[in-house]
Amino acid sequence: MSTEAGRNTAGRMLEPLAAWLLGLLWLLPLAYAAWTAFHPPEFSTRLELSAPLTLQNFVNAWHAAPFARYFLNTFLLVTMILCAQLILVTLAAYAFARFEFRGRDVVFFLVLLQLMIMPDVLIVENYATMNSLGLRDTIVAVGLPYFASAFGIFLLRQTFKTVPRELDEAARVEGASALQVLMKVYVPLARPVYLAYALVSVSHHWNNFLWPLIITNSVETRPLTVGLQVFSSTDQGVDWSIITAATLMTSAPLLVGFLLFQRQFVQSFMRAGIR
Amino acid sequence: MSRTSPQVTGWLLLLPSLLLLIAFTHYPAVATIWHSFFSTPKGAVPASFVGLENYRLMIDDPVFWQALWNNLWFALGTIPISIALALQMALWVNGRIAGRGFLRLAYFTPTVLPMIAVANIWLFFYTPQYGLLEQITGAMGLPSHNWLGNRQTVLGAMMIVAIWKEAGFFMIFYLAALQQVSPSLAEAAALEGASRRQYFWKVLFPLLMPTTLFVLINALIDAFRMVDHIVVMTRGGPDNASALLLYYIYQVGFAFWDSAYAAALTVVLLFVLGLTAFVKFRFLDRRTHYQ
Repeated sequence: MSTEAGRNTAGRMLEPLAAWLLGLLWLLPLAYAAWTAFHPPEFSTRLELSAPLTLQNFVNAWHAAPFARYFLNTFLLVTMILCAQLILVTLAAYAFARFEFRGRDVVFFLVLLQLMIMPDVLIVENYATMNSLGLRDTIVAVGLPYFASAFGIFLLRQTFKTVPRELDEAARVEGASALQVLMKVYVPLARPVYLAYALVSVSHHWNNFLWPLIITNSVETRPLTVGLQVFSSTDQGVDWSIITAATLMTSAPLLVGFLLFQRQFVQSFMRAGIR
Repeated sequence: MSRTSPQVTGWLLLLPSLLLLIAFTHYPAVATIWHSFFSTPKGAVPASFVGLENYRLMIDDPVFWQALWNNLWFALGTIPISIALALQMALWVNGRIAGRGFLRLAYFTPTVLPMIAVANIWLFFYTPQYGLLEQITGAMGLPSHNWLGNRQTVLGAMMIVAIWKEAGFFMIFYLAALQQVSPSLAEAAALEGASRRQYFWKVLFPLLMPTTLFVLINALIDAFRMVDHIVVMTRGGPDNASALLLYYIYQVGFAFWDSAYAAALTVVLLFVLGLTAFVKFRFLDRRTHYQ
């Protein structure tokens, strides 16, 4: 990579410069959007330092579409998916980590297949399934295909396998049932992994777009991403001040969460990545 | 519970996940293949078996080929650059560089944002006359250019968005891997008189190979799965120049409502992803530990 300069000092000087240039370049689109969102429309494409700051664009955007409802929908969706995933994933990971049963390896392989072939690409068939279940245009339908998570099962299985068997056996000698052992021994020890998984899951489903776009059709069910798309493609024409304000508004909770818990976020993604 | 056999307990614990996985991953995958041999039911006319008709249609469909080629070019154009950038970013952020925290933040932030938001921001960035890109090129005296409205530049413009979004995400995996590398390796290499370049290519890069392969597989899947930015920015246009495979499936399935043809197209996508899965399980996972 950029070790052309080898050990000479010019190289040592150039590297931080390149790193910073790339960093600023990476923030540029975001900074430009922020500029437009926080200034009156007449300054949206004119970079003048004397331009007055305003929140009016956010107020206008908020009133131009039912964003409060969209926020609620996304919040419900993300919470529902996370709760379902945590329960299902814990049980399945426990089964794979600590139980001997016939066909375990084959089933595990079938589970792992979902890492490659995810519901995201099976939109036509899943739409038909939801239709026949009478679930089209419901928040449940947006989340249901993601309740069982191969990624989560794999991640937790690895963690559960590192729990010493002695702890498990000690609990069983005291008469604990399989589920009690799971709740008292395994789950507490896997807490950092749960946190990592939760952060990844929440940000993934907060951002998900194509499936919700297909399966939802009304204000009461649309998550933020779809609401934003409907808003910016139909109602607004080319009023960029309002569109960028709406865009920043819909990503704000994740962005603020990320800034506050930066270390946890990065570490979660790292932990989740080492499979 | 303690008297139940482990056989039964194991299956019971697994049951809820397994049912949902079968319902929304395995069944639809198999049903897609099955339905691709039938016609689309229209009103009172039920679906009828048509054999390979949908596939014959596909071979003669220029838009399908365009979308497939676009997707391959898209993968080829985004993956190597985002992986190289990710590795460079990780090396910088892992080293003793001034403003390390800020840089890590700058690189990683696009990853946290929804693709749909990112697409809106970039749409504005690329807008003819008003967009920042036009203002910069205009200030340099270059003629105005409609980046997203031109067949020649639209796919490239979309690739830049994808690289910008993904590089910071892949950086994290390299960062995690770099933190496992013992500093004594660099010291030993320096003692032996190896240049930083030699150290990188002879020591670090081979050590990071499992990470690179892991990132590669993920990038490949993402290249065939991510179409949010297409929906927002170009709708596959102009003239299908930016249509990707999944976007075309979405169009056929939910704009033209031709579910049978969409199923045949999905089979191609499943084949690509299945091939990726096969390579991963067959070759890559031998070195990583699944036990």
